[in-house]
Amino acid sequence: METALTLNHFLFVSGVLFAIGLAGVLVRRNLIIIFMCLELMLAAANLTLVAFSRFNVQDGQPNYDGQVLLFFIITVAAAEVAVGLAIIVALFRTKETTDVTKVNTMKY
Amino acid sequence: MSFLFYIFSALALVGGIGVVVSRNPVSAAFSMIVSFLGLAALFIQLDAFLVGTLQILVYAGAIMVLFLFIIMLLDVREEEKRRRPIINMIGAGGVVLAFVALVITVLSRGEIGKATLPPLTVTEGPGTSDVHRIGELLFSQYWFPVQVVGVLLLVATVGVVVLSKKELK
Repeated sequence: METALTLNHFLFVSGVLFAIGLAGVLVRRNLIIIFMCLELMLAAANLTLVAFSRFNVQDGQPNYDGQVLLFFIITVAAAEVAVGLAIIVALFRTKETTDVTKVNTMKY
Repeated sequence: MSFLFYIFSALALVGGIGVVVSRNPVSAAFSMIVSFLGLAALFIQLDAFLVGTLQILVYAGAIMVLFLFIIMLLDVREEEKRRRPIINMIGAGGVVLAFVALVITVLSRGEIGKATLPPLTVTEGPGTSDVHRIGELLFSQYWFPVQVVGVLLLVATVGVVVLSKKELK
């Protein structure tokens, strides 16, 4: 059981989590849950960044560039969620639904 | 330490599956929080203490609270039990399996992925914590992206206010 952790372990978890999020985006119909799955995909990509940062040791320390990038990704994700949820609320006001199959016309 | 990795990655994956399969949006949101906690634990296992904490604070704390607010505000009902078209399921499953197969193929090819966790030799002394190093990078090498992200947050705030207005005048 005590096998040493390799980079592949982390990248695999990240890839599978991304695939789960992708499945959610494709299968679900509720707009809010689709949006959550998008966030899940973003968070899965974050794991890849941290893993590469930690395995790329320079001068006895992790390469912090990846973690700085992750800082920016988290900020952008927060802004994106705020705007996206505002759009969903605006959509709900006009259509009274969050089901993507019922939102299939542009104006009427 | 590797059993902790398996526990927390299982937590992250089970939470992710919970988001996809649960009908109730509130339970989907809580599964999402579980998934983010597992991910944050993985970050901390990778010695990324700052981003692990940020992950919990921003994702589990702020973003999911926003999601729960909107779910309760909109009074989203559970999706009615209706047979989803089987073709959708097959298509989505095919795409996902293809993606996982792609990940496995790419990972099994490269030599870089077989590297084991390299030890950190510089862990003691002033200015070696990850908070210190990331802060230093943010305000020296990455000062311009920080400004851009600040403007982005301002734009997002204004955009949300405009979008949530009932009448645009």
